Amino acid sequence: MIAAGEPAPDFALRNQDGEKVSLSELRGRKVLLVFYPLDFSPVCTDQLSIYQEVLPEIEAKGVTVLGVSVDSGFAHKAFQEKLGTDVPLLADFEPKGEVARAYGAYLEKVGHANRSLVLIDEEGVVEWVHESPTPLEIPGANLIFDALDGSGS
Amino acid sequence: MPPPAPDDHRRGEGPALIVYADLGCPHCSSAWAEIREREATVVFRHFPVASKHPRAPALHAAAEAAGRQGRFFEMVDSLYADHGHVDDPHLWQRAERLGLDLERLEADRRSDAVAARVRRDFESGIRAGVTATPAVFDVP
Repeated sequence: MIAAGEPAPDFALRNQDGEKVSLSELRGRKVLLVFYPLDFSPVCTDQLSIYQEVLPEIEAKGVTVLGVSVDSGFAHKAFQEKLGTDVPLLADFEPKGEVARAYGAYLEKVGHANRSLVLIDEEGVVEWVHESPTPLEIPGANLIFDALDGSGS
Repeated sequence: MPPPAPDDHRRGEGPALIVYADLGCPHCSSAWAEIREREATVVFRHFPVASKHPRAPALHAAAEAAGRQGRFFEMVDSLYADHGHVDDPHLWQRAERLGLDLERLEADRRSDAVAARVRRDFESGIRAGVTATPAVFDVP
């Protein structure tokens, strides 16, 4: 897994609407990458639903939240509608898992990302990282707030 | 997580059990049937996840408003006992059955004070790392 202090690998992925989102274009704002295993798996549903409930508070701290999984943009579109979430979902689809790999969040054995959070600062440097012990364990939104308030580990 | 406080919704006697629950959540509904029978002081904290259960905010506001008339847990029990009827006319029927002042309930459940009270519980749950409901914590 990538570590705090390292430069965040740039990427350009398409979101649920087919629009390209690149990290370098988001310079000047903090970015929280939420790597998660798959659309429509029950645990992911809870994780992104919870983040949705506190999204205004996170965004108020100058942070853009982006979900990333290996699913296609079409699956992302349906998943986003099902969740009722405003979080853009990026398709790390082809080459599969390339961005997750670049961040060290990819689980080769199962073919998808581990549940990981990466906070990137305004200059594109990794500020904080959280990796779940297993994909089943959901990182609570409290971890995000602790990281943003500077008390994260 | 904040310890049980006098202004929490509490019912029962014995060791305290803090429950973060979503009134729109089917898992909570089945868990509630068991939790309510426990010999414990059950502390109910609001944790509506609106993106997952669009009706949750309205249900939590209704329970909180019922609480302003001393019937908080009666409304919670009623909602969890029958998840199939949660539209406004059903809420009015429930309120009537519980002997509530309907006009006051309607005003209260749309008030900022009630919304703020629900949000207070929700935020304490977020800070405690709650990610799924029901989240049940034994208080040592």
